[in-house]
Amino acid sequence: MSPLAICLLISCGLFGVGLAGALCRGNAILVLLGIELMLNAANLNFVAFWRFGPSPSTATGVVFVLFGIAVAAAEAAVGLALVIALYRHQRSVRLAEAVRLRG
Amino acid sequence: MGFPVDRLWLIPLLPLLAAGAGALTPRRGRTFAAGVAIAAMTGALLLSGRALAAALVDPAAHRYHNFTWFDVGTAPLRLGWLLDPLGAVMLVMVALVGLLIFVFSLGYMREDPNGARFFCFLSLFAGAMLGLVVANSLLLLFICWELVGLASYLLIGFWFHRPEAAAAAKKAFLVTRIGDLALLLGMVWLYHASGTLLFYDGDAGCLAPPVLAALAGHSVAGGLLLSTAIGLLLFAGAVGKSGQFPLHVWLPDAMEGPTPVSALIHAATMVAAGVFLVARVYPLMAADLAVAGVPLHALTVVAVVGAITALLGALVAVAQNDLKRVLAFSTISQLGYMMLALGVGAWTAAIFHLLAHAYFKALLFLGAGSVIHAAHHEQDIRRLGGLAPRMKLTFATFAVGMMALAGVPFLFSGYWSKEAILHAALVWPVSAVPLGAGLAAVLLTAFYMTRLTAEVFFGPPRTDHAGGARESPAVMTVPLIVLAVFATGLGFLGTPAWPWLQSMLTGERLESRPLVEHAGLTALSVLLVGIGLGAGWWLYGRRPRASQAARDPLAVAVPRIWAALAGRLGVDEIYAATVGRLTRMAATWADGLDRWIWDGVVRSVAALGRFAGLLGQQADEDGLNAGFDGASGHLRETGRAYSRTQTGEARSYLLVLAAGFAALVLWLSWGGGR
Amino acid sequence: MNPPLWLSLLIFVPWVGATVVAALPPRMSRGVSLALSLSTLALGLACYAVGPGIQEGFEWMPALHIRYHLALDGLSLLLVLLTGVIGPMSLLASWAVERQGRQFRSLFLVLQGSAVGVFVAQDFFLWFIFWELSLVPAFFLIRMWGGPGAGRAAYQFVIYTLGGSAFMLAGFAAVYAATGTMDFAALQTLPPGTLAARLGPALATAAFAGVFLGLAVKVPLFPFHTWLPAAYAEAPVGVSMFLTGVMAKMGVYGFFRILWPLFPDQLHAASGVLLWLALAGVLVGAFAALAQTDLKRMLAYSSLNHVNTCLLALFAVTAFRGPAGPPAAGAAAAALDGALLQMFNHGLSAAALFFFVGVLEARRDGRRGLDDFGGLRAAAPVFAGLCGIAMFSALGLPGLNGFVSEFLILRGVFGLAPAMAALSCLGLLVTAVFLLTFYQRVFHGPRRPADPPFPDLSFREIATVGMAVVLMAVLGVLPHPLLHLVNGLATLWAGPLGWLPAPVS
Repeated sequence: MSPLAICLLISCGLFGVGLAGALCRGNAILVLLGIELMLNAANLNFVAFWRFGPSPSTATGVVFVLFGIAVAAAEAAVGLALVIALYRHQRSVRLAEAVRLRG
Repeated sequence: MGFPVDRLWLIPLLPLLAAGAGALTPRRGRTFAAGVAIAAMTGALLLSGRALAAALVDPAAHRYHNFTWFDVGTAPLRLGWLLDPLGAVMLVMVALVGLLIFVFSLGYMREDPNGARFFCFLSLFAGAMLGLVVANSLLLLFICWELVGLASYLLIGFWFHRPEAAAAAKKAFLVTRIGDLALLLGMVWLYHASGTLLFYDGDAGCLAPPVLAALAGHSVAGGLLLSTAIGLLLFAGAVGKSGQFPLHVWLPDAMEGPTPVSALIHAATMVAAGVFLVARVYPLMAADLAVAGVPLHALTVVAVVGAITALLGALVAVAQNDLKRVLAFSTISQLGYMMLALGVGAWTAAIFHLLAHAYFKALLFLGAGSVIHAAHHEQDIRRLGGLAPRMKLTFATFAVGMMALAGVPFLFSGYWSKEAILHAALVWPVSAVPLGAGLAAVLLTAFYMTRLTAEVFFGPPRTDHAGGARESPAVMTVPLIVLAVFATGLGFLGTPAWPWLQSMLTGERLESRPLVEHAGLTALSVLLVGIGLGAGWWLYGRRPRASQAARDPLAVAVPRIWAALAGRLGVDEIYAATVGRLTRMAATWADGLDRWIWDGVVRSVAALGRFAGLLGQQADEDGLNAGFDGASGHLRETGRAYSRTQTGEARSYLLVLAAGFAALVLWLSWGGGR
Repeated sequence: MNPPLWLSLLIFVPWVGATVVAALPPRMSRGVSLALSLSTLALGLACYAVGPGIQEGFEWMPALHIRYHLALDGLSLLLVLLTGVIGPMSLLASWAVERQGRQFRSLFLVLQGSAVGVFVAQDFFLWFIFWELSLVPAFFLIRMWGGPGAGRAAYQFVIYTLGGSAFMLAGFAAVYAATGTMDFAALQTLPPGTLAARLGPALATAAFAGVFLGLAVKVPLFPFHTWLPAAYAEAPVGVSMFLTGVMAKMGVYGFFRILWPLFPDQLHAASGVLLWLALAGVLVGAFAALAQTDLKRMLAYSSLNHVNTCLLALFAVTAFRGPAGPPAAGAAAAALDGALLQMFNHGLSAAALFFFVGVLEARRDGRRGLDDFGGLRAAAPVFAGLCGIAMFSALGLPGLNGFVSEFLILRGVFGLAPAMAALSCLGLLVTAVFLLTFYQRVFHGPRRPADPPFPDLSFREIATVGMAVVLMAVLGVLPHPLLHLVNGLATLWAGPLGWLPAPVS
């Protein structure tokens, strides 16, 4: 197995864990955690493709990752704010109870 | 002794100021208001005396002072004051009679709670009347003319709580307004034709010969000269104001006012304003005489109307039972005399009679007032009687007035003025009608005055009111005495032997003529006076009425004629049946036109609009709206179906997302999309 | 001298004031609204001191050639002063309005500002805005504070007037299409016959008819008057006063300011008929008033009679076909002077009379029939005296203001159309008949024992009419201060008689 394939397998696993967490956990914070994991899996991919790609000398992959981390941080801030709002609203952060958008 | 003409307005101003003061005086300030009014009248009298003296210096001159009221277009509208002998003698007469009546009113209106208002209105009247006689502009004259009408309205209706007084006031204002509107039209016409309303203004005044020649040079419809048409319209105003036939109906009713008012306004001054107006514009009225082949002269109409009025008034006066109504019809008759004199060309005789009449008729009315006051406002002559011994002064002065009015020869002013009129009528070439009417009226006047005097003063008192009458206080009797002096003495100012008044009025020195100018006429008129007095004495004085229920001897003799005369010849009824009904019909018609026809048109237009609206509404609801409603119903259903997929659970959305992503990956890895 | 912004202030002080009054606590609304309403008079007097000829303006919508153009000539000033007198008078007369008093006063201020705007605006667009805007408050004032039939009357009034205005707008659209401007001054300086040449005679006549209709309804000219008795009778007293005192003048003003200068030829051609209509208005108004038993309706018809007298004078001038020359010009100047002055005089007397009927109504629980009163002069001498002065002013007694204008109108009309003058005298006579009948029935006669006591005028009520009554007396003797405002215009307009181009102001 090439180093690239190993990296991709790890990130695939990471993504799977994150997706499973986001889908299965009932707590909004844990869902957020899962989403963070999926984002980081994507970041790992970027780094891997850059390191083992055709032109590792240019810093393109790292820049993508830095952007990704920044976006993830912002997303986490917004997400946590949403969670707090949700908590204020219904006194819990259980997503099963947050069904007001039902049509 | 000069009098500045541009200060002439002071004379009317004084009473007007007194009127203003009276209007602002509270009800209890009666003495103050009366004092101010009498003081103002005294001042006006003194100034009038000075004005007369100034006018006498050069009687032929018309001294005037014109000023601009306001500008209309490019031309100024000018008014002015005029001092000439005609105006000056009127000034003195109005101020003197006015003053005496003011004083008399002090006694007569003593108990009235609205005394302050009374003197306010009287002053307003006096101011307007004085302004009327010194106006050098037809417009200014008209303004004062209407103001005296207003004062007359207010004073006739002074006891406004009595429905008859309120109705009489309204009637007086409206009937005279008919004439006034004709006068207004005539004035407007004159203004348009001559460009000025000033009487005297160098060569430009409307009485100046060049202007008159221009007016008499035009003819309007039917060959009538322009000056004739204007003159007749102006005369119509005089007909209304001076109670001439056919607009005389208001004057008898005007007796509802307090008696001093009747004396001042409806006997001595205001009703004579019409005569004064015709005398003032005499050159205009006479302008058509110089033109040959004219179908109608304005003065002929004046003479005929005057003759009819003189006769009619005297006839109706015979059969009246109300003390003041007899005098009112007598006034109408005497005003007719004056008009007759104007018509036959003797305007100086008319003014002579006007002055004489003012004094003796004021005297008679005040005498009547004294009687009414003493008899607790009883003025039906059948319910009076026997007052001669009880009210000696009143009786004596009333008798003087009565003889002056009846034209008892030589001693009384009425004789001389009436004689001058009859003489002028005799030499009038156009028609003998005025002379005949005048002579008949001489007889009737002597007769009804004798009847009146006998009924009031002789025989037994027929009611307790008459029996309890006492002589009035000095404040009322002194004016009577002064007026009696003038009623006799004034005649000697205008006798044919010494025609001082006539000379002064015309501004020419007239020749002295024999006292009896036309022996036949004089003899006839004296004879007629004698017959009248004798017949009156025979019927009423010889055997005075014994009780109030007794029938009048004439009513027994000629009941039909008596009833017609007592009913004032039915003129009021004729008016009610014609003019009154016509007006009411026109009013109903105009109202109906609005309510039914125009409103109907509007309603049908509105109904048409509403119908169109209904049509449109139907089209909208059944066509367009139905289509839209259907389409939106479908949309709503679709939306509802889709909304069911929205569970509101974040995880399910995420699951779908993941599944979709997985499917996408699988599809791509199997080479889809390539 | 051209003082800045005075004309805008004339309009906007009442308008801004209206919002202020609406925001203030209710108990302050009376005094504040009265003070704001007095601003028109104060500014009007200031303008009077400066003299006519004040202008202001800027390009408002340059793309459409619409200017915000205000100007004050003698005619405008006369009517602004009239508004300045009648406005506060009407507000004082409505002092007793309790229910929603703030709204009432606020709406009234809007109405007053709009009326002033109509009198000073010099661009048709602007003018039309004011013209229509005055309807809105009038509608609500009649509808919400009026008598039992107020709903119908208010609708009738607004629909009728709006209908007329629609035609007027259409007519003006045609004018705008032909000339590209809506400024009155610019339109007046067009060479004569331009409109007919550019629009074609038929369309020009149609445009004339449209504008005429809008104005005729507002005046109202007979027979477009059927909204008038109901609206005047049902409106609350203060509003009736303003309607007859000021708003009726807006129509007459329009005739002088718009219709005559813009369509002189068409007006000349139509005047023969219009003269008869105006005469019919004079006579029908008078006779119909005689038939009324409701005092307010009687006064409404009396107003019809008086405003038609103004139009009679105007149409006599425009209908004149005789030879031009000094006599005709003199008569025409007198007729126009009279008509313009009559607007002011009638405003005063009609508003005062409506106020007095309002007093009667207020003292007798809304009854205002001719037979509901009697003998009031004994109980209320001051009331009777002031009402008498107003009445005699309305029937044209010399010494009071009405006479001057009626004399001038009669003198002018007689010089131009003698038969009309003679016939209109009948109207004067009938006016006297019904006014004196009114006075006799209400004030004279015995007191009715069953009636409750009738208090005399209070100090506030005397203050309400005091100025009007004093003006009646002063202007009757000294009309010059007002007359000289319009005499120049009248002379100018009377100049081109016989039938020459449009009067240029």
